[in-house]
Amino acid sequence: MKDIKVLGSGCKTCQLTAELLKSEAERLGVPVTIEKITDYAAIAGYGIAATPGVVVDGKVVHAGGLPKAADVDGWLSA
Amino acid sequence: MTTCCPAPTPRKPTDASRRYLWVGGTVAALILWLAVYQILQPLAAWAVARLPVAPDSHLAEALAFFLYDTPKVLMLLTLVVFAMGVVRSFFSAENTRRLLSGKREGVGNVAAASLGIVTPFCSCSAVPLFIGFVSAGVPLGVTFSFLIAAPMINEVALGLLFGLVGWQVAVTYLAFGLGVAIIAGFVIGRFHLDGWLQPWVREVRMGNVDLPDRRLTVPDRLRAGLDAVTDIVGKVWLWVIAGIAVGALIHGYAPAALLASIMGKDAWWSVPAAVVVGIPMYSNAAGIIPIIEALIGKGAALGTVLAFMMAVIALSLPEMIILRKVLTVKLIAVFVGVVGLGILTVGYLFNFLFVA
Repeated sequence: MKDIKVLGSGCKTCQLTAELLKSEAERLGVPVTIEKITDYAAIAGYGIAATPGVVVDGKVVHAGGLPKAADVDGWLSA
Repeated sequence: MTTCCPAPTPRKPTDASRRYLWVGGTVAALILWLAVYQILQPLAAWAVARLPVAPDSHLAEALAFFLYDTPKVLMLLTLVVFAMGVVRSFFSAENTRRLLSGKREGVGNVAAASLGIVTPFCSCSAVPLFIGFVSAGVPLGVTFSFLIAAPMINEVALGLLFGLVGWQVAVTYLAFGLGVAIIAGFVIGRFHLDGWLQPWVREVRMGNVDLPDRRLTVPDRLRAGLDAVTDIVGKVWLWVIAGIAVGALIHGYAPAALLASIMGKDAWWSVPAAVVVGIPMYSNAAGIIPIIEALIGKGAALGTVLAFMMAVIALSLPEMIILRKVLTVKLIAVFVGVVGLGILTVGYLFNFLFVA
């Protein structure tokens, strides 16, 4: 089970990022939990300056903009 | 489907051919772009001449403006957005923060405003970015220089000014926009207003991040440019066309004498009026610049319309509402006041420099 967190204010790109993660995980058959973190202080705690950010199993893998599907597949299958 | 161990990604043998494909494709596209751009004007003139309207009528004038300007502007916009997309692939908000942290004021303001142009930035990232900068030791005034430059000097504004009003104006806008961001940030920094941040912001503990190092190849960067084009041009093209349509109407029909008297150089009060009207308005550069071009053609003073445009783009109500989460109202008021004054100065300077 991969623990995924999407960091962002809840803007459109952040929602799209969460949806992309969910659909790619389903497609690859990887079990995941996806949690959205919208608290700015908590987001800052991860050290990123641009949202949306993606955290997989406690490690920041992405910051700023919608990630590419190929990258998402890489995080999920790593 | 899932493999147990991550296979090492071998350098694919197709890498070289992929590079030739992308670079070759880009060069071919640029040549085609130039060729089409050369024949736009005769093509538009030819099309209008074929239409059943009286030549030299208001309608013919408006149509000629519309048919020539629409493809021209969209082509220039595509080119500028592509170039900016490629440039931005070299930057990220995290790297910019690292470059700026601990920078002294002065040098820091110049660096922040310049980086504001090339760092990928979306207004919904404004708050995390602000917190990230301030808690990483970037001085408040330097952070403001970044936050002022980032939305004001954008590829859409530059591309459209370049396409519609000429490169001299685009370059002057770039220079003055940078000037406003640098000086306004510096002035705000001199006030030492760190106490006017929302209390919780100062207590935020910034984490350290090690983003995976991504080596982008040349095709990756060209791809980033192409993505920027589909994303941005795909979003604004309708606005541009609507703006040009309104501009075409003004071009063909609006009485020049009336406009010149309201927005011309002799009306000294028009610059402050343009700024005050522009601040609460929120629009993107795409819709507003074609109208500006038509207004200039009818005798409106360049400084006045550019001050209006800067006020609309740089100071917007939605952005202030977002920033309210990290700034006190007092600090927002100082921000608006200082930037507004900067834009005002630019307006008068422009009117002074560009004698129509």
